[in-house]
Amino acid sequence: MCFTQNFWNLVVSGLADGFLYALIAIGYTLVYGVLQLINFAHSEVFMSGGFASYFILNAAIGTSQPHGIASVGFLALGTIGGGLGGAVVAFLLERVAYRPLRRRNAPRLAFLISAIGASYFIYNLAGKEFGRNALEIPSPFTNGPVFTIFGATVQTVYIVVAVAAVIMLVLVDRVVATTRLGKGIRAVAQDAETASLMGVNIDRVISQTFIIGGVLGGAAGFLFGLPFGVVYTMGFTPALKAFTAAVLGGVGNIRGAMIGGLILGIAENLGVACTQASWRDVVAFGILVLVLLIRPTGILGEQLGRAA
Amino acid sequence: MSTVAPRVPLVRRVWRSDDARRGFACVAGGLVLAVMTGPSGSGTAPTSGFTGSLFHVRVVGFVLFGLVLWGLITARSRYSSQVRAFSAKVTAAPRRLLPDRRVRRVVYLAVLGFAIYYPTILNSFWQEVLVDQIGVYVLLAIGLNVVVGYAGLLDLGYVAFYAIGAYSAAYWTGALPIHPLFHLNPFYAIPLAILAAMFAGVLLGVPTLRLRGDYLAIVTLGAGEIIQIVATNLQGVTGGAQGVIGIPHFSVHLFGIRYSWGLDSLPYYYLLLGFVVIVLFAFRSLENSRVGRAWVAIREDEVAAESAGINVLKYKVMAFAIGASTSGFAGMLEASKISFVEPSDLTVQFSILILVLVIFGGMGSLPGAIVGAAVLQWLPQFLRIHPLFGFQQQDLYMYLGALLIVMMIFRPEGIIPSRRRKREIGLAEHGVGHADAMGHTSGPVS
Amino acid sequence: MLLELVDLEVRYGAIPALSAMSLEIAEGEIVTLLGANGAGKTTTLRSISGLHHPARGRILFEGRDIATMAPHHVMALGISHSPEGRRIFPRMSVTENLEMGAYRRRGAIREDLDRVFQLFPVLGERKRQPGGTLSGGEQQMLAIGRALMSEPRLLLLDEPSMGLAPLIVREIFSIIREIRATGTTILLVEQNATQALRLADRGYVLENGRIVMSDTAGSLLADPRVRAAYLGESAAPA
Repeated sequence: MCFTQNFWNLVVSGLADGFLYALIAIGYTLVYGVLQLINFAHSEVFMSGGFASYFILNAAIGTSQPHGIASVGFLALGTIGGGLGGAVVAFLLERVAYRPLRRRNAPRLAFLISAIGASYFIYNLAGKEFGRNALEIPSPFTNGPVFTIFGATVQTVYIVVAVAAVIMLVLVDRVVATTRLGKGIRAVAQDAETASLMGVNIDRVISQTFIIGGVLGGAAGFLFGLPFGVVYTMGFTPALKAFTAAVLGGVGNIRGAMIGGLILGIAENLGVACTQASWRDVVAFGILVLVLLIRPTGILGEQLGRAA
Repeated sequence: MSTVAPRVPLVRRVWRSDDARRGFACVAGGLVLAVMTGPSGSGTAPTSGFTGSLFHVRVVGFVLFGLVLWGLITARSRYSSQVRAFSAKVTAAPRRLLPDRRVRRVVYLAVLGFAIYYPTILNSFWQEVLVDQIGVYVLLAIGLNVVVGYAGLLDLGYVAFYAIGAYSAAYWTGALPIHPLFHLNPFYAIPLAILAAMFAGVLLGVPTLRLRGDYLAIVTLGAGEIIQIVATNLQGVTGGAQGVIGIPHFSVHLFGIRYSWGLDSLPYYYLLLGFVVIVLFAFRSLENSRVGRAWVAIREDEVAAESAGINVLKYKVMAFAIGASTSGFAGMLEASKISFVEPSDLTVQFSILILVLVIFGGMGSLPGAIVGAAVLQWLPQFLRIHPLFGFQQQDLYMYLGALLIVMMIFRPEGIIPSRRRKREIGLAEHGVGHADAMGHTSGPVS
Repeated sequence: MLLELVDLEVRYGAIPALSAMSLEIAEGEIVTLLGANGAGKTTTLRSISGLHHPARGRILFEGRDIATMAPHHVMALGISHSPEGRRIFPRMSVTENLEMGAYRRRGAIREDLDRVFQLFPVLGERKRQPGGTLSGGEQQMLAIGRALMSEPRLLLLDEPSMGLAPLIVREIFSIIREIRATGTTILLVEQNATQALRLADRGYVLENGRIVMSDTAGSLLADPRVRAAYLGESAAPA
């Protein structure tokens, strides 16, 4: 097979991609859970997180070359900054593009159209305000090979992505499973009206759901921007793939989104080995269509979604 | 936080009043508009755009605009009955006359006469705009209107079929690196291009239209992106990133008539006008046929339609394929007119643009799609020549995105609504039916 | 009065669902609302809870108008609603479902959980089981238990006997009696008119969105019109 030669290298880079997809996919899945809608503007939440972390790290790091504990500090700063940026945009997005329609009980088509409008508005506004060229995030650490596993070289940046993502994924899983807010989110997802009878403020829970998704998506924007830089159009492709990951795992299912993200990341990297780099997105899209054809409810099934 | 709903302090009471919220939203909207129309920033000076827009005298104008808007909205809700009475009085005459067939026919003929005469008094720049920017887009919009408006589906990959039409034109006329068995005059390539696009529509539609409607949106979005990658990378077939050149113009050699459409826009305009009129007639009769009624039924209540024996999937695929073939047709026409296709033009943005035209004009309304396309395609050209409010072409999609949100919030039925569609949206908002075909039932979760 | 509906009118779009509806409930009472399908019983409860906002009229809870309040505010005042069709959260465990009932309360709910498990021992045996896998009767018990978790002043029960076997229905009704004994006021909507009237202090009869009769439960039970219209029907096994 075409990928046997580099198999473990591909798996390692695939996992790194997969963690990012998982982080973004959770935003889709959570919002899908409470609204039964695909948030088409989630790509812009991701992009905004990338820009927020760029501006923060640019100011904090400047031209210095941090290492050791300083690196960790700057990484945390970038992640938090990206998360905040994503959260702010996600919150505003819900307020402006979704809530007025929800108040009116508008048809679902209207939500999708409004979200697409928001997506185009946000990323083109970013292009206007921050320029249309890619910007390089000043690196908080010096990248290089750290260790090898099965002959695959693991770079620092992979470790950074994996550690940050695992922390956030575990956190969000616990928040949704155990906290009061998590219970509110699950209740709204399973039966919003009854949840309101239990005293759940649906508007607030939906807002908070967008914020949680925004934090993860925005942080992913930072982690993605570390190696690739940030640019106003950066959201489209990763978000489309993250959506694929969400479907793969079962839309509405948080752990499904994580597993789906990792599988997609690896599958995409192996697939690319068999074609060319320029066909990368085609491979991911092919996986999406295949999943929809074969198992539209995803690997783990749709759990948070509406009552079966 | 107190859990008991509340004897609130004055500030919160003001904040909670609808008037204050509306006022805040209007002023915020004015400020957003100030930023949108203000100077651009850059990566090294990311705040300069904002400061240049907001800390500048011009902001006063925008805040005033917001306040005036607030006043208008408030006045409208205060005096809603008077406003309604007044608008009823103004529209009474057309309302009475329009249903009359003869009156309608006269109106149509007048519009057609205008469409025939008006371009002759334009200069060549506007004539070209009329074909490349308006005519083709009108055709595209009335095609997408079948998908979004009639069937209530969201197709975000409309460009894919346009591309297939354009490359079919190139293929059958021998402009591609791969050659067909025989070369055809563009006129004969029309049905082949339409068929190819329709086939692609069925191929993409059958698997995805079974699923929830939002899956269709995302799959078509992906397909639109993929088509560009394929066109760019399949060097040996499509000519790659440089695109294809040398697609011949339309020409007629029949019964002693020899005529070639050339670089002049006007003859193309009339050819296009002819096609648009034909398509309009076809779609109008489709709307009023059994098929059209099936679409209405699916939109209003998919479950009921299904149990009434309507093959929902079939009619959805049909709408999707009709839209696809119209897009293919337009792609074919445009490719032949400008005689080349470039992958860099086949963007996802293109699909979104057509969607905006349909939404702005009015989902499900043919006059809406035409007027929407004409106005929104004309305006940027106009603004390019008369740069009002600092309009820049590269910000176009920012404005269009904002327009989509504003339309969905304030006027989801569009500027020239289809009466039926408007009623449906109103009913859906009261919990009757759902006014789209987003698959509440036929999704995987049911 | 604990709750007063005054001249209430509720519409679905243009269609009136309730008109000129007036009703009152005193502290500690069980009041039942009778009527055929579509008479407006459920709409009444949903309007009290804030799921529908009336076009006209007032809903006074302890003298305060709650007609335009959001459901979560209404519930915070001490009105708890066990909805039609039970509406258990299917993928939450029994305990989580009960915890949802106490969503607005901070602090310990241990005692309330124990109280519910005491009232419905079968729920205690199924603490970790997802709500969706319970039987109909168990789900109904869970729905009532969940509604009790907020320690309500007023409990709205919508068709607690719907679709349940007679034995279970009897059990549910006896539990409602127990709940009342703890001082909770109850507004009960039922199709099972005999059972409901035996339990209630007073009753109202709804027809086409209007109150057509109101009296003590005993008199209604004896009224020939009520017997003909509602008890005849409900005499058939549920």
